[in-house]
Amino acid sequence: MPADARTVGDGLIAGAPDAPELVGSRCRHCGVVAFPRQGSCAACTSDDVEERRLGRRGTLWTWTVQCFAPKSPPYAGAADGFEPYGVGYVELPGEVRVEARLTEADPARLRIGMPMELVLVPAPGSDGALTYAFAPAEDR
Amino acid sequence: MTASADGVAVVGVGIHPFGRHPGVSGLDMAAIAARAALRDAGLGWRDVEFAAGGSDAGGNADTTVSVLGLTGVPFINVRNGCATGGSALATAHAMLASGAAETALVVGFDKHPPGAFDPRPEDWGLDPWYGETGLMLTTQFFAMKIQRYMAEHGISASTLAKVASKAFSNGARNPNAWRRRPLSEDEVLGSKMVSHPLTQYMFCSPGEGAVALVLATGRRARALARTPVWLRSVAFRTRRFGSFEVFSPSIPLESAPSPTSEAAAAAFGQAGIGPEDVDVAQLQDTESGAEVMHLAETGLCQDGEQEALVQDGATRLDGRLPVNTDGGCLANGEPIGASGLRQVHEVVLQLRGDAGERQIAGPARVGFTQVYGAPGVSACAVLSR
Repeated sequence: MPADARTVGDGLIAGAPDAPELVGSRCRHCGVVAFPRQGSCAACTSDDVEERRLGRRGTLWTWTVQCFAPKSPPYAGAADGFEPYGVGYVELPGEVRVEARLTEADPARLRIGMPMELVLVPAPGSDGALTYAFAPAEDR
Repeated sequence: MTASADGVAVVGVGIHPFGRHPGVSGLDMAAIAARAALRDAGLGWRDVEFAAGGSDAGGNADTTVSVLGLTGVPFINVRNGCATGGSALATAHAMLASGAAETALVVGFDKHPPGAFDPRPEDWGLDPWYGETGLMLTTQFFAMKIQRYMAEHGISASTLAKVASKAFSNGARNPNAWRRRPLSEDEVLGSKMVSHPLTQYMFCSPGEGAVALVLATGRRARALARTPVWLRSVAFRTRRFGSFEVFSPSIPLESAPSPTSEAAAAAFGQAGIGPEDVDVAQLQDTESGAEVMHLAETGLCQDGEQEALVQDGATRLDGRLPVNTDGGCLANGEPIGASGLRQVHEVVLQLRGDAGERQIAGPARVGFTQVYGAPGVSACAVLSR
């Protein structure tokens, strides 16, 4: 990650800007994967967990479109000029389902099961940071 | 927890109307509801041996003693999200069932500002980015949960709209409800989209209100003038690994029963009463989809059966399983601490036959309540005449 590509969170996102990866964790005891990285396993209660970079592709498990500006705080974006954005859970095969913003906000172009890929997008707010999102993989 | 052989009964109910009440504090509303419940029971505040209650944003429940009177009563404050009322009820039920007290007051109240809730990430074990990037909204979660459920189980948008339309129709018959204007299915579907597939009128709004209940052991209850309604069981549970819950940056691939499924099964098991015996049910309906999904999670129907149940009118006041007869959260709004006890208040009125214009058409012997809250807590109760 180049120094000028600042991303939200602390150790949340790794990889190159054109091939970002989410940083999660995997339990060494039972194999369960979680995101973001956890210090212990919610499934088996073990604290023997390791960092794991998650796969970049998956399928859309469910979705919605956020049609109103969230209250700020906690939202970093402004209510003025708010544009609806897609939100979904993307199932990463064999790993976990990750909640994320979607680059697509048109309900007619979102369907459960469609292939998705991880990208970086400008985070809400005006400080130039990037956050993660999933984009329809058919477009790419 | 099971009731003692002697049983535990609801012997008094009181409510402060839900809605918006400028100039009336949450604690004022709580005291008004408490006095009404005591009057209904024919008991005085000095007769109460234990109290439990709570609010999310309306203040400390035990402060009501400064209005009701300083009698030295042990009073436990409960703050358990949307399940605050159910948790307070479970606490009081346990005290009476154990023999530690003969009478108890349970009170729930709240007073929220207009607009969606604005939770702080750090209160929920999450880092600031989760809220800053626009992922921390309960409305989004409910939309995504019902979106998946509709695809898996064949639920239509028309059914979501019918649930809301029924709520406002029931609310119009309830003098204590906030939203009292009936809305047609088309009006609900045509209202502003909030989070697909849920429109504005499919969501409840944070609001204000208070409810109090007086409980008594069977021995005390039988000595009072009013016919008791038996609180046959109360059970509450938190989420297990694999349950799809609000404020989850990720969810596992494996799924588990929801806290509502487990609390409902425990409540029915302890009561020795099955879902098939229920005559009237109050289910958490913070939005239309929640009522649909909770119908199956509680065991009142199978997954997917809701489509026919709702379309055929089975959950209306004149149907075979009336649900949210007082208008639910949709018509009453959601003062978080009060919602769970409002459900019990309504079941008691229905089982007494005192529900007025909204009294259900069929027999009313067994009632059921279910309240659910973030980040995955549910409380269920079974009541009978």
